[in-house]
Amino acid sequence: MERRLRPPLDEAGARALRAGDSVVVDGPVYGIRDATLVRIVDEGREPPVDLRGAVLLHTAPNVAREAGGRYRALSVGTTTSMRMDRFTRPLLARYGVRAIIGKGGLSPESLAALGEHGAVYLAITGGAAALQTTQIAAIEAVWWEDLMPECLWRFRVEGLGPLIVGMDAHGGDLYGDVLAEAQRRLAAIHARLGL
Amino acid sequence: MALDDRLVAETARTLYIRALKVLPPDVKAALGQAHERERHPRARELLGTMLRNIEVAETRGLMVCQDTGTPVFRVRVGAGFPLDRLGGHRIERALAEGVRRATAEHPLRSSVCHPITRANPQTNTGWRIPVVDWEFLEDGDALELRMMPKGSGSENMSFLKMLPPAAGLAGVKRFVLDCVLEAGGKPCPPTVVGVGLGGTADLCMKLAKVAIWRPLGQPNPDPELARLEADLLDGINMTGLGPMGLGGDTTALAVMVEAAYTHITQNPVAVTLQCWRGERAWARLWPDGRVEHGV
Repeated sequence: MERRLRPPLDEAGARALRAGDSVVVDGPVYGIRDATLVRIVDEGREPPVDLRGAVLLHTAPNVAREAGGRYRALSVGTTTSMRMDRFTRPLLARYGVRAIIGKGGLSPESLAALGEHGAVYLAITGGAAALQTTQIAAIEAVWWEDLMPECLWRFRVEGLGPLIVGMDAHGGDLYGDVLAEAQRRLAAIHARLGL
Repeated sequence: MALDDRLVAETARTLYIRALKVLPPDVKAALGQAHERERHPRARELLGTMLRNIEVAETRGLMVCQDTGTPVFRVRVGAGFPLDRLGGHRIERALAEGVRRATAEHPLRSSVCHPITRANPQTNTGWRIPVVDWEFLEDGDALELRMMPKGSGSENMSFLKMLPPAAGLAGVKRFVLDCVLEAGGKPCPPTVVGVGLGGTADLCMKLAKVAIWRPLGQPNPDPELARLEADLLDGINMTGLGPMGLGGDTTALAVMVEAAYTHITQNPVAVTLQCWRGERAWARLWPDGRVEHGV
């Protein structure tokens, strides 16, 4: 069954989600990326907005600047999460983030952090930016434009999904399960390849 | 239009934008076949989302993926093409101009930055970017421009290993399999796996990159290399990593191997991955100024 999430999320809401659940998001979603996270975590600059209960999206969008300085979304997709893996724990522990939307998954260390703080990793279909862009209702705000396109963005989304809970707050990890299964199949694969 | 720098720049601009919006027919066909074959429900759903995304991109004129990539051109010069009328240097400058224009006029996200300061010039160009590779053909009268906005999720999953000769073909197979497992869901599988075999370190990686330009469904003409491609594809899809690394039968759409002779002390193997969108576009410029476009 598909669940609809309306951020901000609370801890109970995040903990209620289980790996494999299908999820759709409505409301505010914050776009962040490598340069944004280096600024927050490595350079110690406080985020200019309250991220408690927030849903984050690993992205750096294509935008057009409109008259009046507002931005229109041309293509909002999702980038590979693992590059930003080490920022996961600080985002959860210091700023109270409850969900991260990304692709490719996070490390076992981040899985542990999701469990300790009560948060989830939501897997999107990577590369499917056209569809995703049609689910972005507006770009509501942008901070740190000097990092363009890796600014801190606030999107308003309507029906963002389908998303799959890839990693949950109870140790559930679809990526880990798939890799473990691949390891179990290695002997058969080696035989097929004559190794 | 006359065959001049402006025509090359205009064509490059068009190619960059079209490659981001319209996928090659062979890639679409391969994804469609994978969707029909796939037995894993979640993987079927993900492949279905990819196919729906391609349709939305085409019908609404949107980019398939947000990554404007690293712009790469492969310039194929026909034997009868009057290259002296333009000159290689002017062609390279015009290609960069086309990339800058596409970036400013569409507009496109600039994905290119300084390697140390990380400053983004907001043009998708910089030192040695766009990447331009030249190929001189035995026949033909056209200048063919092939364009690939190479996505970074898959490009970051590039690997080179200088194996010892005694590791043999078994060592090569093991390395390719290890690379795909290490990449997991990060390169947006189902991927096209480009493999370079032999040569020197630089040539080996170049061969892996050349391989991913080949249309899907065309095995290497050498029977031994074609068998290696088929074996590796079987092995990779037996892993069950599946679309986006979330499980399923479809981890790769194809394995493409390109090979060169190598030194008696060497056994180099390179792997580079191409994400499922498999973006590329081409155009042919004729000496009379005609331009033919395709994907």
